[in-house]
Amino acid sequence: MNFNIYDFTDFVTSVSNWLNEILSPELAVITGMAIIGIIFLLFIALLGLSLVYIERKVCAFFQQRLGPMRVGFWGTAQTIADIIKLIFKEPLVTKNADKFLFNLAAFIVMIAPLLAIAAVPFAKGLHVLDFDIGIFYVTAVSSIGVTGILLAGWSSNNKYSLIGAMRSGAQIVSYELSVGLSLLTIIILTGSLQLSEIVNSQSDGWWIFKGNIPAVIAFIIFIIASTAESNRGPFDLAEAESEITAGFHTEYSGIKFAFFFLSEYVNLFIIAAIGTTVFFGGWMPLHLGNLTFFNNIMDFIPPLIWFFMKVAALLFLIMWFKWTFPRLRIDQMLTLEWKYLLPLNLMNLMLMSIVSLNGWHF
Amino acid sequence: MSNEELKNIILQITPDAELTEEGSEFLNATVKPDQLHFLAEKLRNDKNTLFDYLYCLTGVDWISNFQVVYHLESTVHNHRIVLKAKITDRENPSVDTVSDIWKTAEFHEREVYDLFGIKFNNHPDLRRILLEEDWKGYPLRKDYADEANIVEL
Amino acid sequence: MFTLLDENGKTDTKEFTETQEYFVNMGPQHPSTHGVLRLLLTLDGEIIRRVEPHIGYIHRSIEKMCEKDSYQQVVHLTDRMDYLSCHINNEAVCLCVEKGLQLEIPERVKYIRTIISELTRIASHQLWWGVMGMDLGAITSFLYGFRDREMITDIFEETCGARLTMNYNVPGGVMFDIHPNFRKRTKDFISHFKKKLPEYDELLTGNVIFEERTKGIGYLSKEDAISFGVTGPSARASGFACDIRKKIPYSAYDKVDFKEIVFTEGDSYTRYKARIAEMWESMHIIEQLIDNIPEGEFKAKTKAVIKLPPGEYYQRVETARGELGVFIISDNKKSPYRVKFRSPGFSNLFALDTMAKGCKIADLVAMMSTLDLVIPDIDR
Repeated sequence: MNFNIYDFTDFVTSVSNWLNEILSPELAVITGMAIIGIIFLLFIALLGLSLVYIERKVCAFFQQRLGPMRVGFWGTAQTIADIIKLIFKEPLVTKNADKFLFNLAAFIVMIAPLLAIAAVPFAKGLHVLDFDIGIFYVTAVSSIGVTGILLAGWSSNNKYSLIGAMRSGAQIVSYELSVGLSLLTIIILTGSLQLSEIVNSQSDGWWIFKGNIPAVIAFIIFIIASTAESNRGPFDLAEAESEITAGFHTEYSGIKFAFFFLSEYVNLFIIAAIGTTVFFGGWMPLHLGNLTFFNNIMDFIPPLIWFFMKVAALLFLIMWFKWTFPRLRIDQMLTLEWKYLLPLNLMNLMLMSIVSLNGWHF
Repeated sequence: MSNEELKNIILQITPDAELTEEGSEFLNATVKPDQLHFLAEKLRNDKNTLFDYLYCLTGVDWISNFQVVYHLESTVHNHRIVLKAKITDRENPSVDTVSDIWKTAEFHEREVYDLFGIKFNNHPDLRRILLEEDWKGYPLRKDYADEANIVEL
Repeated sequence: MFTLLDENGKTDTKEFTETQEYFVNMGPQHPSTHGVLRLLLTLDGEIIRRVEPHIGYIHRSIEKMCEKDSYQQVVHLTDRMDYLSCHINNEAVCLCVEKGLQLEIPERVKYIRTIISELTRIASHQLWWGVMGMDLGAITSFLYGFRDREMITDIFEETCGARLTMNYNVPGGVMFDIHPNFRKRTKDFISHFKKKLPEYDELLTGNVIFEERTKGIGYLSKEDAISFGVTGPSARASGFACDIRKKIPYSAYDKVDFKEIVFTEGDSYTRYKARIAEMWESMHIIEQLIDNIPEGEFKAKTKAVIKLPPGEYYQRVETARGELGVFIISDNKKSPYRVKFRSPGFSNLFALDTMAKGCKIADLVAMMSTLDLVIPDIDR
């Protein structure tokens, strides 16, 4: 087994071969799936824990305070304590709630990011699914989550939840368009929907630099639209706590609430990961022209670290929005999408086509 | 406008109003409950008085009678007056509402109804406001007794 | 029936969709009613057709309690009404009692009361500003507001030992003399806050989303403001010049030079601007007084048992929320015959229905923030 931090292709292949050697082919596939499943569940749990902690610290930084400091060193064990609390809390169900849908909703919102994260290329050769329609797959499965939110709002038998769910439905359906179109703008340049291809096409420079002005516009639209799609501030109308208490998850408690909470953060990670992959070269290191020495140093940093560094930068940006801006109103949010972002996006798509046809990009 | 001029105007509208400045910093005009709405409307709409701002409305239980006290101010002329409706009927006290003249009266009258049991005729929505709907008695009356909740010292 | 309602609630002639109004109970436990206020909303989708406030969840019958208490004790109860302008409430009762006793108050007391009243007003507006941001979804402003409010509460703590319900006033003066550090700390605060207040503008005032959310929303006309008895910055944003400090100056307000903040637009944004401008004015007032506090007694001599001569006494003061009226009827006993508190919040609240018709739920929250309601003040 040859483990290489810069290229996981051989490592993954050898693990797969080894499994096939010791087990029958069917069993090997099942075992492989199980191993991947366990790794992802652990990864998501870890991701949730760390993102909640990071969000709290970032928020504290913007609010000129320290954030959690008591549990563990610098409050690092705070989220673990919270998870333990949530697990032990009583899972309440409201009277006359549709119990089946009520329970199902929490799982559906969790399934969507679990499906989407499978397509994320973490490093060279380190991904589970590498469809030739990778981007399409990610946008498709990530919108399954809205079903869970609508179900949660409907089945809770609470008007606040219903209002929240309706808002969320309108919001996600609208902003899905902008996310798709802004990604499509870059697809014109890559010529492929496959995520690994998209990353490979950026080996000589990231699309945000190479793609000229339309790429920058596409990135801005992407970051706005995807923040809206993940129901985060300033687009957190679906759970606007000062208006409709907690929106669609008002009636959820304990571990089911934790699912909603966790799915929000995993969604956040996926957004940052897709943004990184499409606009910032995924795990590709930063290269500057012909500066060989600089480029070598950059190459020395492992791709996994590159990937997570870029993701972290995007996450910080998204958190920055959240802790700065007031919330939009529902009609303003829809106006922003349908009257401004969508026409801008379509024009940007045209512009990118022209840029691409004339070879004006780098 | 000085108190003397106000006195004249009030006496023109309601000749049997009792006017006094004793024991108060304002001119006090005490009228019968059935005259109050008439007087208030005149004072509100007269260009010379123009009492457009009702800044306080409350009730007082004088044991022998009830009083509803209206503190009025004119935001234009910057003069003030106190109107008082003296209600002698203790069993079924009532006075005409002034909520059609000053919107704020609607809610202050509900409070007076709630705590004194004074009914306001023609009030659009006369319900208890602070206490529960099924509260018994009117707590700010002097004969209100509630051994359970009020500790006498 | 098939009707389509457009943005203004008018029925569209193209009838093809069925709508049904429904009710939502906003409160008594709700994050943005800032206490136990219940609003019964009649909604058409997200559009508000009617707001019916239900109050009384924190009614403590303060007026009834006053009829059993001595005048010194009445002062304590007023802390619990509008706890954010507690000092001003205390002052109102003390001024009313002093008016009844025809007591000559030392100049020093007037200055101290005015300075602390203005500090209270700034502290109240700081909290309001933070909460306003939070209601609109910008949680960071809450912490900014509290950061600066902390300095004021520290000054209060040093002055009288309490941070919120201070109970610093007594009939005849104040309970203790000011702390030797008081002048310096207040001046430090003013110079600190003069740098920080522009930061408030940077974070919220100029923000596009904030302007979109508040401009033209929750319009209250001047006539309605007067008729509903709306007072304070909320009314002054509608053009109703109702500042008691100007109209009937009390304490040391006749000795200082300050502007009455009056705007005419009458929307949420203007109410917001009016409060921000009031903070500047309050600082201006404090600056004029802080160096000129005269030497002398901090309390006029009063009898241990205060008995007011029979009569009716009415004192109006300007709290951070509007006009507070204290109406005392005395029958020459040690406790008042009847006390009425005309609280600003009570009158302000009921203008909400007029303001909110046709707006969205999110606008209602913004509107309530700009009215700056304190529920114990409404319920008393």
